[in-house]
Amino acid sequence: MNRTVIGGWRLRGAQFGLLAAIILIWHVFTDPELLPPIYFDNADQAAFFFGRPAEVASRIWNWFASGEIYRHLGITLFETCMAFFIGTVSGLGMGLWLALNDNASAILDPYIKALNSMPRVILAPIFAVWFGLGVWSKVALGVTLVFFIVFFNVYQGVREVSPTLLANARMLGANQRQLLRSVYLPSATSWVFSSLHTSVGLAFVGAVVGEYLGSAGGVGYLILEAEGNFDVNTVFAGIVVLTAFALFLDSMVGAVEKRLMVWQPRTAQSERL
Amino acid sequence: MNNNTQAPALAFDGISCVFASNEREGERYVAVGDTTLHVAPGEFVSVVGPTGCGKSTLLNVAAGLLAPSSGSVHVFGEPLTGVNSRAGYMFQAEALMPWRSAISNVAAGLEFRGVSQPDAEKAAGEWLKRVGLGGFENRYPHQMSGGMRKRTALAQTLILDPDIILMDEPFSALDIQTRQLMENEVLALWQAKRKAVLFITHDLDEAIAMSDRVVVLSAGPATRPIGEFVIDLERPRDVAEIRVHPRFIELHEQIWSVLRDEVLKGYARQMEVSA
Repeated sequence: MNRTVIGGWRLRGAQFGLLAAIILIWHVFTDPELLPPIYFDNADQAAFFFGRPAEVASRIWNWFASGEIYRHLGITLFETCMAFFIGTVSGLGMGLWLALNDNASAILDPYIKALNSMPRVILAPIFAVWFGLGVWSKVALGVTLVFFIVFFNVYQGVREVSPTLLANARMLGANQRQLLRSVYLPSATSWVFSSLHTSVGLAFVGAVVGEYLGSAGGVGYLILEAEGNFDVNTVFAGIVVLTAFALFLDSMVGAVEKRLMVWQPRTAQSERL
Repeated sequence: MNNNTQAPALAFDGISCVFASNEREGERYVAVGDTTLHVAPGEFVSVVGPTGCGKSTLLNVAAGLLAPSSGSVHVFGEPLTGVNSRAGYMFQAEALMPWRSAISNVAAGLEFRGVSQPDAEKAAGEWLKRVGLGGFENRYPHQMSGGMRKRTALAQTLILDPDIILMDEPFSALDIQTRQLMENEVLALWQAKRKAVLFITHDLDEAIAMSDRVVVLSAGPATRPIGEFVIDLERPRDVAEIRVHPRFIELHEQIWSVLRDEVLKGYARQMEVSA
């Protein structure tokens, strides 16, 4: 079977075209003058419920032009990055420790399963009481989401290190510390990276949901405020800004992954000349 | 080198290995039963036996990765505790670290022993050239062919200059041409250094062509040696040419007559388990 995937500018063109088409349809259906009201009684109601792309764009433009957004964006990004960092490091440490320590892992197993199956978003109000309405309650929520993803991946990664690889390293004279550094850690790293893409998204969820439930700043707070005023355009503008930054953070993880994981095989593809 | 030159490099005395059965709970499986086998320093000994008879178990015991259920293991006259630090082990399965390039895989053993990275990599570079992989230093294992990976593994084992070399069907995954090349290279390297070798294989041709002595194991369970043959073919040998030597054919017939029954038994037992 020969499957050729379009590439280069044609792929980009197709992707951009899809976006343009969606925005165009959105625009046509919400503009009071372009189409007669199909569903709503009043021509302005579609725009009220669904917002209008031009308005959303101008809202975003105003945010950045006036500089109003920077404080909120800074708060949200700080919360996200802190949650991501603390969650990843603690998940990695805990995962390594439990994977290499059978007794601790056996004792803690039911509690970890319980904590993982608990709907942890519900902790947000408790964190607000513990850590106040500032950034740290949001960081705490993000950490609870990120930690388990990284933890389970590292745990799995270490547990599934090839026994032959371990035996070989031991025969070559590696002691426990060298085994950890040369075998367990690199082996777990590949699993960690596959989880980091999910983790970045969840760190964002933690930050925004935390802000949404009670805060005085951040993009989640902006969205909450706009909803209170039935300002759908601002809500969409907030969502677009958040999505753009989530994509940016994800691509950063991707770039680091590409640098660190050069040893991983990629599917070979013959080139058409 | 060692204070007791008379002691065998490797001595199994009445060892047996018993495992808990995977198939039926509470039952035990005797993989190796009452095996006595000595390998002299500098001797090349091959062990042949039917598939699944516990050959690899024997090697893991020699490596110190597995403690025997009973019996004793001595290395150059001293009882073996923990990993056998005088042995190098070439595994049947892939054992290279996929996150290290060829040169840093070969250098790994020296680094574990406290040699600085530049020194270790310098020595590793020389070893890679010796196994015919000069210019491939920076390839990762997934970028190499099966034969190249085996060569890297060989360099990785031999760079530490072990007094005992354990090999577990190291070439079974290679095509016949690559395999004969590798066999000749191993023989040449062995000829130069004369280390004790315990070589496990299911290929009788390979065993006879390379060894000083061939040990035939019985079919499992409770595998033990049932025949021993001294290979009195002159060295140096070429593994491809020696196969047509009349003495080779004679030895092959003798050993095969012992091995055949065991192979059939081993096969029948496997059919039983799968039925």
